[in-house]
Amino acid sequence: MSDFLDILANQSFWVAVLRIATPLILGTLGVLLCERAGVLNLGIEGIMVAGAFTGWLAVYAGAPLWAGVAAAAITGAVFGLLHAGLTVGLALSQHVSGLGVTLLATALSYFGYRVSFPKVETPPTITPFGDMDWIGLPVLAQQTPLTLLALLLVPATGYLLYRTPVGLAVRMVGENPQAAEGQGVSVAAVRTGAIVAGSALMGIAGSFLTLSAFNAFFFNMVNGRGWICVALVVFASWRPGKALLGALLFAFFDALQLRLQQSGGAVLPYQMYLMLPYVLSIVALVLVARKASYPQALMKPYRKGER
Amino acid sequence: MRLEKRHQQSSLALVLAPVGAIAFTMLVSGLLVMWAGAAVARTYGLLLQGGFGSVFALSETLTRAIPLMLTGLAATVAFKARLFNIGAEGQLYVGALAAVAVGGMHAGSGFDQVPVAVLFAAMMLAAALAGALLLLGPALLKARLGVDEVVTTLLLNFIVLLLVSMLLDGPMKDPTAMGWPQSVALMGELELSKLIPQTRVHSGLLWGLGLALAVWALMKYTVLGFDIRAVGANARAAAFAGVPVTRTVVLVAMLSGALAGLAGAIEVAGRTGYVTLDMSPGYGYSGIVIAMLAALHPLGVVLASIFVAGVLVGADSMSRAIGVPTYIADVIVAASLLSVLVATLLTQYRVRWK
Repeated sequence: MSDFLDILANQSFWVAVLRIATPLILGTLGVLLCERAGVLNLGIEGIMVAGAFTGWLAVYAGAPLWAGVAAAAITGAVFGLLHAGLTVGLALSQHVSGLGVTLLATALSYFGYRVSFPKVETPPTITPFGDMDWIGLPVLAQQTPLTLLALLLVPATGYLLYRTPVGLAVRMVGENPQAAEGQGVSVAAVRTGAIVAGSALMGIAGSFLTLSAFNAFFFNMVNGRGWICVALVVFASWRPGKALLGALLFAFFDALQLRLQQSGGAVLPYQMYLMLPYVLSIVALVLVARKASYPQALMKPYRKGER
Repeated sequence: MRLEKRHQQSSLALVLAPVGAIAFTMLVSGLLVMWAGAAVARTYGLLLQGGFGSVFALSETLTRAIPLMLTGLAATVAFKARLFNIGAEGQLYVGALAAVAVGGMHAGSGFDQVPVAVLFAAMMLAAALAGALLLLGPALLKARLGVDEVVTTLLLNFIVLLLVSMLLDGPMKDPTAMGWPQSVALMGELELSKLIPQTRVHSGLLWGLGLALAVWALMKYTVLGFDIRAVGANARAAAFAGVPVTRTVVLVAMLSGALAGLAGAIEVAGRTGYVTLDMSPGYGYSGIVIAMLAALHPLGVVLASIFVAGVLVGADSMSRAIGVPTYIADVIVAASLLSVLVATLLTQYRVRWK
């Protein structure tokens, strides 16, 4: 127990929590945008890989760090456009196209990495984003600007969804596309826009890994973070504020298991601690299931003029 | 642009669809091969030769196709009923664990006298049951509480992999493995026999083919098969017509999980002999691709799994020869999945631009 309190009293623990949470916040906001418009985007796992790769590759080729982030966002947007073409334009199964996008984006990134660096033993590195010492707040001062961006995007997404006509249109096509079409809203255009924007956020989430958390691109570095975001959106009942909370909570348990492992006082096998965040995600899903307010048209393909 | 349902399938589109899908896939991967600086025709030639060009190549392809066939069937059964089981990877691993638990850890426990045939049956049954039970949870959560099974089955994959890692460090660790994380080995007598001498292809292939036939017959000729298709087509209408929806979903889950669990047992008994953390390079996820390539037809799964396995095996051998990264295989598989989906749609709908 005292171990536990020691960990919580340590500022570096909270620094780690916020760092682990950053890609989850960005990715969860991305999934949230897509799903609010009625489209599940299981492409996230692959889009994060592609964002991590292209963001890092741009910086490695000499571009400034923010240009790397932009490259990752554009990569995400391109794969988003593909997913939109398949799920909105052609109204194909959202599960399957999402998985297809994940497979394609991952395979293309790994292929591109191997073609660009055929014989490297240790992954080439870049100089990642530095800490924001100028900000003068504890914990936040030890984060990179991408974390600040993620935190600012939470209220921005909330504002967009609940206070602007665009947000209203997004929520409408996610709840009742027929009614939205009746109001003169183009379901296809709004859904496509939401998927492209959401996928751009997923790309940025990936770039955080290579441009901020680490300084190189590794295989399997995304390692299921994308799927976690899909779970967090359900946990968050599709609300940006709760998405932030969920990401922080998940990161809290992830950081905690790391510390418990390190403190050596671990009575249980370390895998048990690693399992904890996943198990808690499922428990959380079950707990919120009864009152979960799914966007009514989520996963329902919409074909104009077809009921 | 809008989609318009075709009143009758155009026979031209039916022919053009697969041709177009293949052409698109070849084009995408061809561009990548050129980027890697290799000759496109030679690369494809070596890939085909490496996957299908000799008895050895074919035997390797069939060996790789066995687990894919089973996970492909697992996805087919589940997706038919619109139960989106993305957890075949985890179910495969619990099946493998159960197989070793029954078939490798009984030494000295008084079960030594059990006939091999009984032990073999118990091993397969345990694996099927383990996979089935793993999917039962998400299926019940979906049926009773409306918890999305996509997310729960996905998360369970990670939990199961950690469980495997834990067991390989602990109770199931092979004491003679010099620190490699691998499980106790399966009893030698329980291993599946080889189909062709000097190769790795084993009688798991017969299991795969047999189960594909069984699933096909189940879907086509039984009441359960009818119920599964009805639930998949429209669950509310099915319920209205008296189909027991919850029961059907639960049975589908058991069946799908069991097939994936068997994939794990058959991999252990036919190829590896023990469980390792990397025994499946994503067979569970590839199963979904295969099911879609086969348009959810159980017999199509057989062909699709041999195709995907051939591409994977062929790419390995091609890469050794001319150095185009093996990830080209994953690009080919992903691109063919997407283009087949689009092509299938275009046989049913026509696109009106206006």
